[in-house]
Amino acid sequence: MTLYRFAMRLAALAFALTLLMLWQLLAQSNAISTVFFPPPSRSLQALYELFASGRIWQPLAATLERMAFGWVLASVAGLVLGALIGSSRLLRAYLEPTLEFFRPLPASAIIPPAILILGLGQTMAVSVIAFAAIWPVLLGSVHGFKLIDPRLTEVARSLEMTRFDFLKKIALPSALPDIFAGLRISLAVSLILAVVVEMQASQPGLGQNILLAQRTYRSPELYAGIVVLGLTGYLTNSVLTIIENRLLAWRQAYRH
Amino acid sequence: MAPWRGLLIPGLLLICWEIAARATAIPEALSRPSLMIEAIQASSLNGALMLATLQTLQTTLLGLLLATTLGIAVGLLLGISPLLNAVIGPSVEAFRPIPAIALVPLALLLFGFGISLEVSIIAFACVWPIIVVTIAAVQGLDERLSQIARGLEFSLFQRIIKFILPATIGRIWVGIRIAAGIALIVAVTVEIVVNPRGLGYAMIFAQQMLQVDLVYGYVVWTGILGWLLNLLIQLIDQNWLSRYAVSGR
Repeated sequence: MTLYRFAMRLAALAFALTLLMLWQLLAQSNAISTVFFPPPSRSLQALYELFASGRIWQPLAATLERMAFGWVLASVAGLVLGALIGSSRLLRAYLEPTLEFFRPLPASAIIPPAILILGLGQTMAVSVIAFAAIWPVLLGSVHGFKLIDPRLTEVARSLEMTRFDFLKKIALPSALPDIFAGLRISLAVSLILAVVVEMQASQPGLGQNILLAQRTYRSPELYAGIVVLGLTGYLTNSVLTIIENRLLAWRQAYRH
Repeated sequence: MAPWRGLLIPGLLLICWEIAARATAIPEALSRPSLMIEAIQASSLNGALMLATLQTLQTTLLGLLLATTLGIAVGLLLGISPLLNAVIGPSVEAFRPIPAIALVPLALLLFGFGISLEVSIIAFACVWPIIVVTIAAVQGLDERLSQIARGLEFSLFQRIIKFILPATIGRIWVGIRIAAGIALIVAVTVEIVVNPRGLGYAMIFAQQMLQVDLVYGYVVWTGILGWLLNLLIQLIDQNWLSRYAVSGR
């Protein structure tokens, strides 16, 4: 069985490499335009040079910083507000329809008013990212805190727990899976909005870099930038998954 | 739960905003609700609003259509054949973490400004939930169905049309529903970033012209549009596709 899976992995790798080789050959023989589809070897070289020359670090750091600020801000605010709204039937009745209205709103639509109010700059960028990223966490934690097992609420009452203790010891752990589902979407949204802001409002970062690469027809660098952004999305998501598995390990033990 | 309670807070906020703005307690860049309504009314009278809305809806629907077709095709392929799933799956999966918006410069290089640029980005963003859900739906099919199909000596095409699609459409619809939620957001985003058409561009243009009220008008209108689209999906969900819901497995 493991041998079979190993063979499959190998076949998958071979398939991907074959595609890249085919691309390489077609591009080298000029069957496809190298302006639009530069040979993978050249994109790889551009990627290597970006890292070797250190030119990648500044924009990468700028993008990551912007993304992290926005995401953390959104997560903290979303979690606190979500806990308050989710655990109160009264607040839910008044606020839930409004929150649902914001869910399908294209978050990038907030950029033009944000530029008008805050001007171009880091404050505007972080605010826009935080505004966009807050909804998944907020709605996730409202949902999580709403669906607490009524028996747990009764236990808390009979133990005469304070409201804060109840939120910390019972409600938060039981809402954690929903919160993490929200955090995960928020993280992806943060990266997207960071790139959008960089492209639209000329903030320095990876997004601006790939747009500039396109405008000057440096397509290998464009492809390299896309790969870096893909890796950024993949790695940030992986880190969050590791944290989630650590924090929710008790849940798995509880299920078995 | 009385519906008026959901409207109370936003209503009060709008009134406070209006009063504060009239008393010039807040900067002009914040506009005020009555001026926004006026601006959006003017824009709807000269046809600009209608044109922008139709342009955005056009690309949204085309992108969603492309994503649905591609997503179901790829999903069926990878769902039916475990071998293909093992060999091709990882290559397909490698594209998934790329934020769709990162592909905007590439699409701009390939297609230039216009519909194709926007449709391709929307399709890329929307295709993933449909692929994932289709693969899961096909793999989750009742084993007996495939045995019957084999017994009837159906061709692959007949199997797909007569067995697999009818049995999985309920679950595939879930993926399409998620994709539809993403499509409008991506469309507006692409328009805001580069593409000179539709509601997103109208917003950016109004902002660059410093037509503050119009900017807010468009933002609110886009919000309403997203909300209406969501409502439409829910209606289709309840009235039209509910009969497939049980046959999902």
